[in-house]
Amino acid sequence: MNREEITAAVVDIIQTVAPDEDLSDLKPDVKLREQIELDSMDFLDIVMELRKRYGVHVPESDYKELATLEGCVSYLGPQLEGLQGKSARIAAR
Amino acid sequence: MPDLPRVVITGVGLSSPNGDSLPQYRKNLLAGVSGVEPWEIRHVGRTLAGVCHFDPLRWQKKKELRRGTRAGSIGIFCAREALIDAGIALESLTPAERARTGVYVGTTEHGNVETENEIHEVSQRDFDLSFWSHHHNPRTVANNPAGEITLNLGLTGPAYCIGAACAAGNLGLIHGAQMLQLGEVDLALAGGVSESIHTFGIFASFRAEGALAWHEDPAKASRPFDRDRNGIVVSEGGCLCLLERLEDARARGARIYGEIAGWHVNSDASDFVLPLAERQDQCIRGALARAEIAPDEVDLVSSHATATPVGDEQECQALRAVFSDCPRTHVNNTKSFIGHAMGAAGSLELAGNLPSFEDGFVHPTINVDHLDPACEVRNLVVNEPRQVGRVGTILNLSFGMLGINSALVVRRLAD
Repeated sequence: MNREEITAAVVDIIQTVAPDEDLSDLKPDVKLREQIELDSMDFLDIVMELRKRYGVHVPESDYKELATLEGCVSYLGPQLEGLQGKSARIAAR
Repeated sequence: MPDLPRVVITGVGLSSPNGDSLPQYRKNLLAGVSGVEPWEIRHVGRTLAGVCHFDPLRWQKKKELRRGTRAGSIGIFCAREALIDAGIALESLTPAERARTGVYVGTTEHGNVETENEIHEVSQRDFDLSFWSHHHNPRTVANNPAGEITLNLGLTGPAYCIGAACAAGNLGLIHGAQMLQLGEVDLALAGGVSESIHTFGIFASFRAEGALAWHEDPAKASRPFDRDRNGIVVSEGGCLCLLERLEDARARGARIYGEIAGWHVNSDASDFVLPLAERQDQCIRGALARAEIAPDEVDLVSSHATATPVGDEQECQALRAVFSDCPRTHVNNTKSFIGHAMGAAGSLELAGNLPSFEDGFVHPTINVDHLDPACEVRNLVVNEPRQVGRVGTILNLSFGMLGINSALVVRRLAD
């Protein structure tokens, strides 16, 4: 997956977790929780979705890396770049 | 008995398999419209159920739906609709009034649906518990449906569930009335809810007991009192009533459906699942005594009968013992239309009969093609509604496993 695909994948997860939010203007460098309604349980949902969809296990000590969209993409890059888009999701299942 | 305040019903919010408002539900009960349909659930496969079709997004955000439970959704819908029906605008309630509003929700069981879902999820992943949801705790605590109602409506008074098997809907109403009488709250949202059709376990268990109904025509599957009845149709649903003290309701000029005039709750202490006519008889007489009426003053008995062979027979035995000399007492049943809504059954079945105070009709029990001689009771209203003139008193019966019995008397207020 390239950076663009990873961004789309993260946004898709956020939309699943926060289905009432309009994410079209999400700023990559501003904290997610400052832009949309997202509490600690939602955050755990994001971590869970990453695990379910892509087999990525985010240890608690790394949660801070996921504060912004840009942070998510940078953090997940090395773990997702070898995967092929949707087929990655299927493999992880 | 101390002189306690009188408590009345001033609002009804419900979702039933055959209607999402009292007028629609009542119309279908008078027209013989069933709410039972084909249903499929994991491990059990093709079966039947009573399914509700209200729009949960009317009162919840998508995120709330994702986080919460079906029982919570049903409860929220019923609570919101009950307040509207009572003419109380939620946004007009002050913080102090919100703190004096109680939520008392009867449940047969809660948490099975959510636990089965999590086990299914991890079973697909070699039982790796890192896939077990952090939402499992808040979804499965026994106060979940009541708690979800407070979150959605911003109510800050006491809110919890009353676990009472299939008597729970009645128990919710009784408990709400008691809390109003004690002055613990000024408004009570009370009744019951059920999400049971989403757990395969309840179907599998009734099947294992030989008590799960089946019929090629879903509408004919739930057939209390019929010779060929073959068990329970499991249903989801909910009904919460807004209860107030009579003087408060009168002071605000509220429409009053009826007064919670008496009740009794007792226990068989005889068997895990089998009912006991003798104790049901005592329960009914206890409620009548509390309401200070004789059996022949009851106009309508809303029976509990679930269409199990033994259950219906035992209840009819109790009804004959109490009401055989009561020419004006009529008997009906709601499960024949909607199946068994479990924790919601008591309050839903009462609600469908409340309009009798106004229209003088007793809705029937349907699907009686061959009345079982063991289920013959005087004035059983079969298949067609009956105009009986003035209905002044309803007795609502709900019994449950482990031998819990409840009888609730609701009286029309004098004109």
